[in-house]
Amino acid sequence: MADGANSAAFVEFERVQKSYDGENLVVKDLNLSMPKGEFLTMLGPSGSGKTTCLMMLAGFETATHGDIRLGGTSINNIPPHKRGIGMVFQNYALFPHMTIAENLSFPLEVRKMGKSTREEKVQRALDMVEMGAFGGRRPSQLSGGQQQRIALARALVFEPELVLMDEPLGALDKQLREKMQFEITHLAHRLGITVVYVTHDQTEALTMSDRVAVFDDGRIQQLAPPDKLYEEPQNSFVAQFIGENNTLEGTVKEIKDGIALVQLDDGELIDCKPVNVSQPGERTRVSIRPERVEYNKGRLQEGAHTLKAEVLEFIYMGDIFRTRLRVAGNDEFIIKTRNAPDVERLVPGQQIEIGWLPEDCRALDA
Amino acid sequence: MSDTTQTGPVLAADGTPLKRSLARALRMQKIRALMLIAPLLLFVLLTFILPIADMLFRSVENSIVPDNLPRTVVALQDWDANSGEIPDEAVFTALAADLKIAAEAKIHTRIGSRLNYEKPGISSLFRKAGRRVKKWDIEADGPFTEQFIKIGKGWGDPEVWRTIKTYSGTYTNGYFLNAADMQKGPDGAEWRPENEQIYFTLFKRTMFMSLVITVSCIVLAYPVAWILANLPARTANLLMILVLLPFWTSLLVRTSAWKVMLQQQGVINEVLVWLGLVADDSRLQLINNQTGTIIAMTHILLPFMILPMYSVMQTINPTYLRAAKSLGATNWTAFWWVYIPQSVPGIGAGSILVFILSIGYYITPELVGGTKGVFISNRIAFHISTSLNWGLAAALGTILLAVVLLLYWAYDKIVGIDNVKLG
Repeated sequence: MADGANSAAFVEFERVQKSYDGENLVVKDLNLSMPKGEFLTMLGPSGSGKTTCLMMLAGFETATHGDIRLGGTSINNIPPHKRGIGMVFQNYALFPHMTIAENLSFPLEVRKMGKSTREEKVQRALDMVEMGAFGGRRPSQLSGGQQQRIALARALVFEPELVLMDEPLGALDKQLREKMQFEITHLAHRLGITVVYVTHDQTEALTMSDRVAVFDDGRIQQLAPPDKLYEEPQNSFVAQFIGENNTLEGTVKEIKDGIALVQLDDGELIDCKPVNVSQPGERTRVSIRPERVEYNKGRLQEGAHTLKAEVLEFIYMGDIFRTRLRVAGNDEFIIKTRNAPDVERLVPGQQIEIGWLPEDCRALDA
Repeated sequence: MSDTTQTGPVLAADGTPLKRSLARALRMQKIRALMLIAPLLLFVLLTFILPIADMLFRSVENSIVPDNLPRTVVALQDWDANSGEIPDEAVFTALAADLKIAAEAKIHTRIGSRLNYEKPGISSLFRKAGRRVKKWDIEADGPFTEQFIKIGKGWGDPEVWRTIKTYSGTYTNGYFLNAADMQKGPDGAEWRPENEQIYFTLFKRTMFMSLVITVSCIVLAYPVAWILANLPARTANLLMILVLLPFWTSLLVRTSAWKVMLQQQGVINEVLVWLGLVADDSRLQLINNQTGTIIAMTHILLPFMILPMYSVMQTINPTYLRAAKSLGATNWTAFWWVYIPQSVPGIGAGSILVFILSIGYYITPELVGGTKGVFISNRIAFHISTSLNWGLAAALGTILLAVVLLLYWAYDKIVGIDNVKLG
């Protein structure tokens, strides 16, 4: 292959497959390429193959087929300790029999660095995560959040260019998790390191990443920046997995001028943006985000198709209103509206008409 | 009303001090808990603590001499043991009086055996004298000096009298001196002649061989425990049965099996000869020596090492090794610096178990140890059941107990006893 196209790629997976038992593929034909300095998140439900991918990159699992390249060279046959990849584990894996400083010093010691260099680097790494005074403590004497910071510092202390994180915030409470999300992103950008981050928490993925790879069934379902992923899901799985989503099922009637006319199962017609439907007569699942649904007639486009809806429940959530509707036989149709003075508060039992812009309503695979 | 301004003890709602109130509330619970463990406590007290205390006491107890030869003991006080002469007539008269009573109670032979431990030959002196003394009239038949010497020449030996005087106290350190290869000489404690020193050698051998057995158990058990800890639970449980299998076989059977394996016409030697590794006329001596004891005991005690190691290793998360490798450590470095330190509690627990068990082991050395491979416990058993010198056995046992406690203390100082995990 010519180097031109791949020279920007720092981490590459090419046609990677992985099987543990020789019967089922856990990872099916994975292709991924990331440039230096990118923060990429592998997001997916458990068993989707994301952690396996991370472990293959770290060298703890070997790919059954395919090539994994780091900085242009294949690392398939390089043992983990020679890959120079920093890693943060889910349970931190701080060595309990060593002090914090000894933990951080460990990667420097195995690299045969001198004592003064080690001490200096350890202190710098501790200061970086604002834990400068904790060098003499044992891991068990620290709180979860502090251990998390130390694990991060240890993965960074030997200055790797690539850092892998395997659900590092999973064990923290919500508030601490949100705080650490920002800290990790800021640190990664400040140091210019490339990060591969694995999580099953979509909020984490959306807030932290440059790009998100959504995994399911051993494949990347979509690889895109967070906004694209949320607003333009490529298939029903991504649409369902990321954020809240309303779905209506129907059949494509016709596709014209980039707009698909879909007949819902109860006979009503709506306009959609065809994403992965191409033929009239195809079954489709139509997906609309709750906050893109409009019931104020004045704001709807001229001639837009509307649907009748009945209000079932109105929930006041402070910053937003969350209303549950019955639409085309679906009792779980949710709409979200901003709490603003000009917004009408709906009442259960009220009959309304709802509509949306055709591009917000995506006709996906059934 | 506020308690914060109050000085003195905190009071409960009814005005009694809170501490007393709390103690009263907990007393019932404590009594109930005590009742629950009372049967076990009683059992342990009767079958363990009291016998041990009795044994410890026997190692210094010597009341048989002063109780049964009271007149002799008093009379001997004026005699100078280092004079080189036998005591005067008064002592012999006292002895005759004492022996007459003792012989009628048929106790004179026991005094003889007691003193015989210290000076061989005394037993028969007492036996013969006891038989005659019964016919004597203490008031009329004197003087006795000549008569005693006629019964046994030994009565004319100042050494015999010195022994009686030396062991005339209610308590004696004689057993302990004996156990430490020493004896009571004219000038207090002295070493026994070189060719009579056996116990120190035996203690040293017991320590050394227990140490060798412990180390070989560590070396053999570590990989096994590691494999067990890293296998899936189902397979590990299956293999665990193999580890526990020896427990279901009688100790005697296992030891006898080793006899079959190790003897010169045994399985191992036959195979080695057949393979041509060993010449037929120079078969290996694997049994009835230290090698035999070490091999058989390592096998028998191995489960006691594997089990604590396994239970500790099970708790070591494999991610630690991965973390070490991701930080740049080779397999070996990761194992040495990250895994081994975390498995030390298991090694410690196993070592203490195996070492303490082997230091007091008896059956296996007895069966496969020959003369060179026996332990101090075999000697203790000898004194308990053959020579019937219980005092010496007790002294040896006490020393063994002290050594074990000393080692335990040293372990606590060096490694720390809180570093021991049995599960």
